Amino acid sequence: MSEDKKTLFIEGKEVEFTNEPNLLEIIRKAGFNVPTFCYRPDLTQFGACRMCVVEVEYPNGRKMINSSCTMPPEANIKVSLNTQRVRRIRKTVLELLLANHNRECTTCEKSGNCELQQYAEEYGVRKITYPTLQPEDMKEIDNSNPSIVRDPNKCILCGACVRACKEFHGHAVLGFANRGSKTLVQPMCGKKLSDVDCVFCGQCQAVCPTGALTIKSDVERVWDEINNKDKKVVVQVAPSVRVAIGEMFGLKPGENSIGKIYAALRKIGFDLIFDTNFTADLTIMEEGTEFVERLTKGGKLPLFTSCCPAWVRYLETHHPDMLDHLSSCKSPQGMLSPVAKEFVPKYYEGYNKDNMVVVSIMPCTAKKYEASREQLTRDGKPETDYVLTTQEFGRMIKSAGIDFKTLEDEKADSPFGEYTGAGTIFGASGGVAEAAARTAYYLVTGENIADNDIKPMRGVDKSSRSKSVELDIKGTKVVVRVVSTLSEAEKAIQEIKNGTANFQLLEVMACPGGCINGGGQPRSCDDIKVKEERAEGLYAEDKGMPLRRSHENPDIIRIYKENLEKPGSHIAHELLHTTYSDKRKGTYLSVGE
Amino acid sequence: MSETITKVDFREIDKILESYDYKKSYLIAMLQRVQEVYNYLPEEAMTYIGKKVEGLSPATVYGVATFYAQFSLDPKGKYEIKLCDGTACHVRGSMPVLNAVRKKLGLSEDKKTTDDGMFSLNIVSCLGACGLAPVVVINDKVYPKMTADAVKIALDTIINEEKGV
Repeated sequence: MSEDKKTLFIEGKEVEFTNEPNLLEIIRKAGFNVPTFCYRPDLTQFGACRMCVVEVEYPNGRKMINSSCTMPPEANIKVSLNTQRVRRIRKTVLELLLANHNRECTTCEKSGNCELQQYAEEYGVRKITYPTLQPEDMKEIDNSNPSIVRDPNKCILCGACVRACKEFHGHAVLGFANRGSKTLVQPMCGKKLSDVDCVFCGQCQAVCPTGALTIKSDVERVWDEINNKDKKVVVQVAPSVRVAIGEMFGLKPGENSIGKIYAALRKIGFDLIFDTNFTADLTIMEEGTEFVERLTKGGKLPLFTSCCPAWVRYLETHHPDMLDHLSSCKSPQGMLSPVAKEFVPKYYEGYNKDNMVVVSIMPCTAKKYEASREQLTRDGKPETDYVLTTQEFGRMIKSAGIDFKTLEDEKADSPFGEYTGAGTIFGASGGVAEAAARTAYYLVTGENIADNDIKPMRGVDKSSRSKSVELDIKGTKVVVRVVSTLSEAEKAIQEIKNGTANFQLLEVMACPGGCINGGGQPRSCDDIKVKEERAEGLYAEDKGMPLRRSHENPDIIRIYKENLEKPGSHIAHELLHTTYSDKRKGTYLSVGE
Repeated sequence: MSETITKVDFREIDKILESYDYKKSYLIAMLQRVQEVYNYLPEEAMTYIGKKVEGLSPATVYGVATFYAQFSLDPKGKYEIKLCDGTACHVRGSMPVLNAVRKKLGLSEDKKTTDDGMFSLNIVSCLGACGLAPVVVINDKVYPKMTADAVKIALDTIINEEKGV
């Protein structure tokens, strides 16, 4: 630390600061808090909502009201967080926002999870003195896609979604339109999300403080299936759900609650419980084999991973000319469902293709879209019948009256419940590549990699969204590029297009940091540490597992022996691989082509 | 909205974008040039700019186009009506004139061009002819001291002329 350390005063407490970008960060670091709708630490600051205003007294005695999220810290200022003036401003802001808001709180998807509702309650707003939104002023709700619902009548114009879309996706699908009191956040010309290049990653709704952008819920339909005696409901749980769902029940981010998840699923009434980690291992067998084949026998390189449905849709809409780079492997969700429907009847009595329903529990809103893909149907029915996000599953547990925290750990069902550490780390950016490297090394050399931990591939914070790692597979050099967010993926694509790409494998996850920070996870947009803790939870489970390489998973060995022959076999292709199509034509992107 | 939307010539748009080096900081100038060509901003042209210029998207271009009053998203009619609602015209009764025009042509705040593409209506702030208030200008012809009845007669004359042709 340099000698000229600077300090300021917050509520009379002297606080040191260094290079914090704004006053709000210092306030939070010092253990205080101010409300905000538009400030999201992972996004650029915007200063739109004016909730984070504070009263600042300068050394010369002048007092000013400033928004703390846009104010650069200054030495020796005195900051008051809750003066009458400040509280009055915040309350007025809340009242004005509520006047313009469809206040159907109890029936709103964001209820209980909504910052507008929370602050209105905390600030005791009991009456709106301004003219309020009338039914005839209501705008149409966009319910057009399987993942996200957009309700402009609940938008407070904080712009968090617009920034998330621009900064993560790269090509802002959402934007501000019009001016003044007529301003709206919407896709171009008010189009529906399904008609534009939205990839359904759900990061917009993850940062949305209100019910303007929400997850399209499938909870009731799943309850209907569970309560239908003629149906056998099989469920799978994705890797990153286990380190996040606990947050909805008072557990710490990153705490692995997979045993409790299995127990809760059984209590709710699911008939068979499998783990998507199992098919993560299976994905590695198939994708690893595909990669080694392309590498040794000559095939389209770099190979792109295909587990992230938002990324797949991005490529289909923005770069349909590059679809041959994409691995033909289905995602782990996409693999488990047909495998279960095909083989469960062999192992369990009373199950057949017609009475089985497969539900998946995912950290992801785009997985709902993935399940609806035409390529992932069999005999006209979707292979995955329903997708619930972590949030929806958490709500199911609550409504079933289950005390999640005190549940005894249980196990998943055989034979698709065993997994290795390689399957677990699929949930974090870099995890798929690391798991693939462990098995590819074995496939090429016949030996196991010396160190399972490939640390340069890890890291989920803002500075780790693009990583290049060189692997030495006994003399064969392979460069792996790991990216999260589609704007980083786009840079990698441009390298390929202009001939400067030096990598052979590209792992892409659309959400910043990977699935642990997926759009369906419990809300955490206020705290950038949460995703790091969730990732640590996954790497800790991996580290502690007896088996950490997908090809050593006994259930994987068994399923190939009993059902799938070998990776890349005919039957494996039929069940585990898929095709892609040019989806650009369906969107406005094809204009002028 | 009329479905007879102008056919956009994308080579023409490319020429405009090229003259600005495809730089997003020139977006407003690009849109002005496009508007010069088509008299308004066709949706396809905005989309095209949004995808061709790095750092923009169709939604962003649309946002800029709808923010500034200088841009029109509706095609202009064969007869472009400018109705002045500056201070002088306003106090001398431009509002009844406006309502009469809208009612006569089936237009509204959001619908600025008639379905047959014959008339478009724009409210402007001052035409510099306050002595003649309230003023309406149709194409280049000035109609001074308008009233609701007078403007209806003026419009009927045009409609009848069009029918006669």
